[in-house]
Order: sequence, then structure tokens, then C-alpha cells
Amino acid sequence: MRAMVYRGPYRVRVEEKEIPSIEHPNDAIVRVTRAAICGSDLHLYHGMMPDTRVGMTFGHEFTGIVEAVGASVQNLQRGDHVLVPFNISCGSCFFCVRELYSNCHNTNANASAVGGIYGYSHTAGGYDGGQGEYVRVPFADVGPSKIPEWMDEEDAVLLTDACPTGYFAAELGEIKEGDVVVVFGAGPVGLFSAKSSWLMGAGRVIVIDHLDYRLEMAKRFAQAETINFTEHDDIVMHLKKITDFLGADVCIDAVGCEADGSFFQVLTSSKLKLQGGSPVALNWAIDSVRKAGNVVAIGGYGPLFSAVKFGDAMNKGLTIRTNQCSVKRHWPRLFEHVKNGVLKPSEIVTHRIPLEEIAEGYHIMSSKLDHCVKPLVLPQAA
Amino acid sequence: MAYTAQKPKIAYDTHELRNRIVGWGVDLDPKNRPAVPKEKFNANTGAHWDFPERQVERWPREKSPEHKFLTPVFGTACPPKGLSGAVRRYAYTFSEGRTAHWLLLLGADRLDVIESRLGALLRGRPDNPITETGVLSEFKRHGIRSRIGQHRADIKHQAVDLLLFAATYAAIGSAVYSLGRAVARGARTDR
Ligand SMILES: NC(=O)c1ccc[n+]([C@@H]2O[C@H](COP(=O)([O-])OP(=O)(O)OC[C@H]3O[C@@H](n4cnc5c(N)ncnc54)[C@H](O)[C@@H]3O)[C@@H](O)[C@H]2O)c1
Ligand SMILES: [Zn+2]
Ligand SMILES: [Zn+2]
Repeated sequence: MRAMVYRGPYRVRVEEKEIPSIEHPNDAIVRVTRAAICGSDLHLYHGMMPDTRVGMTFGHEFTGIVEAVGASVQNLQRGDHVLVPFNISCGSCFFCVRELYSNCHNTNANASAVGGIYGYSHTAGGYDGGQGEYVRVPFADVGPSKIPEWMDEEDAVLLTDACPTGYFAAELGEIKEGDVVVVFGAGPVGLFSAKSSWLMGAGRVIVIDHLDYRLEMAKRFAQAETINFTEHDDIVMHLKKITDFLGADVCIDAVGCEADGSFFQVLTSSKLKLQGGSPVALNWAIDSVRKAGNVVAIGGYGPLFSAVKFGDAMNKGLTIRTNQCSVKRHWPRLFEHVKNGVLKPSEIVTHRIPLEEIAEGYHIMSSKLDHCVKPLVLPQAA
Repeated sequence: MAYTAQKPKIAYDTHELRNRIVGWGVDLDPKNRPAVPKEKFNANTGAHWDFPERQVERWPREKSPEHKFLTPVFGTACPPKGLSGAVRRYAYTFSEGRTAHWLLLLGADRLDVIESRLGALLRGRPDNPITETGVLSEFKRHGIRSRIGQHRADIKHQAVDLLLFAATYAAIGSAVYSLGRAVARGARTDR
């Protein structure tokens, strides 16, 4: 089969690889029909995630058709068209039975701090991902669901990560009616966070980025107010002013470890890898939220330490909430929202890239060329 | 104002929002929020086992020492190999709490790249920096227009990438040069 493989920082290519096989009785083999590149993939692509091995196939957002199932699989059969959550979860451990699928204890041998994730380095379990023609899907009875007939496949692929993650960020914010919510990052996750904040009753939603075209999308897609942080010497000060010196009730960091806006932080993280990530957006969130407010860290950071301003967080009595999204617990509610037209996730898709051209897809997403927000990947066999 | 008891008027009127924004407030009630409360017991996850059957371990699978045993299911992509593999195996003797664990893994990642480049070269499938970096999209996808005249904060440090890139090759170049000189000197003294 053809599959994307990692060749080192900033380099990927498409190679001939063996079609994955059933390795456990509850495995399924899925022929990928749609995949996507996520902002999280960029952390791997930039060489920031420890134990990212050359030869690995990335991709944790995909939909596809079941080609084969293991002996113990009951809920799926060959030919089913499924969407697959980015989390690999066993359904039976301490965490899974509490619906914390992203924290599964049985699927990631390499680390106890995170559950298994498709195509997300060995630190997330060493599974090949969906940016290829076929993928092994462990615990087929737990993760995947059939795509409902009425659902568009492009909406389905966005329901495997970006959309539920953004929605989950708004949930973590514990938004109350009329709250002022500031979302840092106008990528897919930030856009869905902003949109979902309204669903939870926010009274004002402000999205911050430095890419004007993404802020345009935030206005259009999420009806948010927007601020380009490069137009202000001090974005925290600006946010204080526009909230009458109170601060926002909720701040969401939907940027993660590659945050821009401080040369020093970028140099010591993305460039020199001396910290797990550049916490510029997280620090802005901590400083812009009001005392006793909520900060949500939904953006991804590496496992090494980062220079986060905990002193401020403590003095302000903040609640900081985080997690990888447990995608599947969100599906029933989000399926309703999509069906009722409350959400149309595929509106943020900007690019559809053939698998053979995926190296250019990564470059476009990484360098933010051509007004890229969300690129989908189309495998040959699709 | 923040200096008196009343919350300042810094948000929109909720009646107006309800009319303006499709779906406003549909999940205002925490009961509608799927991740509230954080831990929700679910007996129907799809699992029909108490503990999953174990996947066959076809080679000594590296595992975090913070796990009691090898997890019943694990990824089988890219088994550790070569020098980078040895470093990785060593890294997995340290817990995730230790900085050594992560620094060794990051170091092994860089070694892996060097080993893989050489390996690809020897196998006749050398890496192609043009196609693998996707840099040609700079021409097809408005590389210049996407950057110039925008307010992008990343332009400043993209130069650092070039510098680090150049520095890496300069370092490799000078290492090869010194090695070559040392070998040549050795050959001369042998004579
Ligand atoms: N917790 C989870 O379950 C989960 C799931 C998916 C993604 N993520 C993480 O969420 C983050 C966002 O993902 P994405 O797909 O939207 O990525 P993305 O790269 O498309 O978006 C990030 C955005 O942040 C902007 N940005 C950079 N520095 C900023 C700053 N200082 N302030 C404000 N904006 C800034 C960038 O310009 C970009 O638009 C990533 O870190 C990703 O790893 C987490
Ligand atoms: Zn993702
Ligand atoms: Zn589990």
C-alpha cells in the first residue's frame, strides 16, 4: 500500500508499505477514505515530540471502510463505513469505564501519561496512523462508529478530533451564561472552541491569532470578535482594557507548544528544544483571565518542562483544566448538533490533498501558505 | 467595574445573542455537556472483557517503567534498530518523570534520522530534500503572497530555521573534513 512516512524534521514522503494485519483478536483493518492533517501533526513534523521514529506513518484523523476484522469483533463487519476517534482505548480499564478514553491505561506501552493515539509517535504508543491506504484499528468494538447515512464524510472526519476537541475545550472552561471567553489560536481547534463557547452560553467570544486569514474565518465561521496580536505591543494589557480591567472569565489556549509571539520562547522550544513547548499563549491566557477564572490548556505540549507562569496562576486562584479529548463520549451530542445544523464542521476545510502530494500538504500547513486552515488527505484507494 | 461589586458590562445581551447566533445556549445546561462530570461511569463502552486478551509480543517491546507490565495492546510500527534503537531502549530504563528519559529519546530521534538517511542512500532510495520538504509548494501555493504584507509573527524566526539548517550542514561538513584530514594524516604517518 501507499503511505506517508516521516523522514526526519520537516521531511515526509510517500512509500510502499506492507498492508497492516490483524495483530489482536479485537483489531480491524480499515481502508482509509479520508484523512486529515492536524495541528498536532506539526509537533511531530517539526521534531518536537520525543520518540518520533523515521518510517512512522502519521495521521490520527481518518474515516474508512472496514476491510477485515479479528475473531472477537462483534460490533463491526467488513464493508462498514466508519469514523475512528483519534484515541485508541480498551473500553475496560480504570479510565475508559469512566469515559476518559484519552487516558486509557491499556493501549500505550511507551508512556503511562497518555493513552494510545494513532500515528502520534511512540510516546503515544507506536501505532501507525491513517495517512495511508490502510490502517490497523485496535479495539474495533470500542472506538469506531458507523457513519450515519445522513452525515457528510467531510463532517465525519472532522468529528474524529478537531471538532470534539474544540467543543471539549469550551466544556473545560465551565462557561456560564454571559461569560467573556478568549480563545488563543484560530486553527481548527480554536475555531471549534469559539463556536462551541456560544453553544454553552458565552456572552462574548474573542479569538486571537496573528494570521489575518484565519481571523477572518473566526469571524465568519464562529461569529467571534477577533484580534491580531501583532497589532498590539501587549496583548494582555489590551485584553484588560477591553474587559474594563476585570479580565476574561475563561481563556482557552488552543495554540500549544509552537506558540509565536516571543522570540525567546520560540528559540528555546521549537528551535533548540530546550523546553517541552513555547508557552506564550498559555502565559497570555493565565495573565488575561480574571482572578478566580478558568484557563483551559487544550493545545498540545511536549513531555519536557515548559516555562509556564505558575506564580500568577496560583496568586490569581485560577482553575486550569486540560486533557486530550476523549472523542467518543462527545459523539452522541455532536452528531445531534451536526444533524440539526447547529454545527457544520466541514466549513473549515480549505484543502484536499492527494496522498501522493502529502509532503506539500505538510509544508502548506506548517508554513500556513495559501490560506490553509484544515487540509484533508485523499488516499489513492479512496 | 472590577472595583465595585457589580460585574462590568463587557458582554452582549443574551437575548440579542440568541437571535444572532444559531445554537446559542443549547448546551448552557451542564446536563447537556457530555464531559460533565469529568468521570462518568459507563458499563457499555463496547468492551466485552474485564481485561483484554494479550497481543503477541514478537520482539522485546520497550515499555515505560511506570507501567506494571507490557500493555495488552501496543503499536508495532518501527521497532528500535541500530544505534538509535540502543539509545531508545536505554531511555526506557528511566521513568517518564526523569528528564534523562526524554532527552535520550530526543537524541535518539536525531541519530535515527542520520542512520536512516545513510541507510536510504545505501539501499538506493536516497532522500530527496526537494520533494520531501514539499518546498515546491512555495511556488504553487503563493509562498511570497502568503507572507508579505501580512501581520505574521513567524516571519522573524523563519530566518533562524535557515540558520539552524545551515549550521547543521556546516557542522556535518566540518566533521567530515576533520575526519578526512585525520585519516589522511594517519595514512601519511603510516608511510
Ligand atoms: N487536547 C487535545 O485533545 C488536542 C487535540 C487536537 C489538537 N490539539 C492541539 O491543539 C492545538 C491547535 O491545533 P490546531 O489543529 O488548531 O493547530 P494549528 O496549528 O492549525 O493552529 C494553531 C494556531 O495558533 C496560532 N498562534 C500561534 N501563536 C499564537 C499565540 N501566541 N496566540 C494566539 N494564536 C497563536 C497559529 O497562527 C495558528 O493559527 C495544537 O497544539 C494541537 O496539538 C489538542
Ligand atoms: Zn489532532
Ligand atoms: Zn482503557
